[in-house]
Amino acid sequence: MSSRLINWFKFSSPATFYPLAGKIARVSAVIAVLLLAIGLYMSFFVAPTDYKQGEGYRIIFIHVPAAWMSMFIYLVMAFWAGMGLVFNTRLSAMMAQALAPTGAIMTFIALWTGAFWGKPMWGAWWVWDARLTSELILFFLYIGFIALQGAISDARRADRAGAILLLVGVVNIPIIYYSVKWWNTLHQGASVSLKSGSSMSAIMLETMLIMTFAFWAYSIAVALYRVRSIILEREKDARWVSELPEIRS
Amino acid sequence: MKGGIAEFFNMGGYALYVWGSFGVTALLMIVEPLLVHQRRKAMVQRIRRMVRLKSENQT
Repeated sequence: MSSRLINWFKFSSPATFYPLAGKIARVSAVIAVLLLAIGLYMSFFVAPTDYKQGEGYRIIFIHVPAAWMSMFIYLVMAFWAGMGLVFNTRLSAMMAQALAPTGAIMTFIALWTGAFWGKPMWGAWWVWDARLTSELILFFLYIGFIALQGAISDARRADRAGAILLLVGVVNIPIIYYSVKWWNTLHQGASVSLKSGSSMSAIMLETMLIMTFAFWAYSIAVALYRVRSIILEREKDARWVSELPEIRS
Repeated sequence: MKGGIAEFFNMGGYALYVWGSFGVTALLMIVEPLLVHQRRKAMVQRIRRMVRLKSENQT
């Protein structure tokens, strides 16, 4: 057994995580800007016109990444919620709190672009379809989590309450994902999935994947940048905060 | 670019829907980082004042 065991909790203390989050956020922000530029260029000038939907289908290049992000961010928040409850690490709850606004925005983008795509193609801005309704519930879950965190003054109690809400709400994610198969209402089934690959043209798929990675890098950058200010807010009386270069200067 | 800029922005007649989607998404993805930056700047200033007050009280 090597004597040097992995110290899993090395970065679980706010003081050691604070600088690391800054570095990752900066790198991730640069990646996000680059990928967004490439992705947007491809979305409009490289990806061909769709035989049926013409130029209108280009909304897919932000609708799908945002929808995937809205579900994935919620799962990451639920993971941090679980970690926070099990290990009682303050930083886990801060991570969940930092991700919430970005997740809510991604859900809103998914709903908004979905409506703007649905109007010309389905003829309706909104339909009480299984996929759309469960995504709307996801949006309410995000808003509920943010409101709950804001309503409880004691940070530690707010963390626990928020964690329980997140874990209860996690059941909604598979419902969203499989809603198109279970209820088969209006929203079409998955044209891209891990097991059956994709039924999209290669160039369209590549464009969408680049935009997906761009959305990933964007969310990581914003969430880590936000967790830094949450850490400052919560640790403002700590000595290490008063010795930070940006505080001392 | 045969039809030129106008034809591009027309998006084959789907201009409202495509630019309505991309526009709002771009707006949100620009405003959110600005708000986070503002929140951080306010927090740093507040802590800086607290630290200065604490050191003044001690001297």
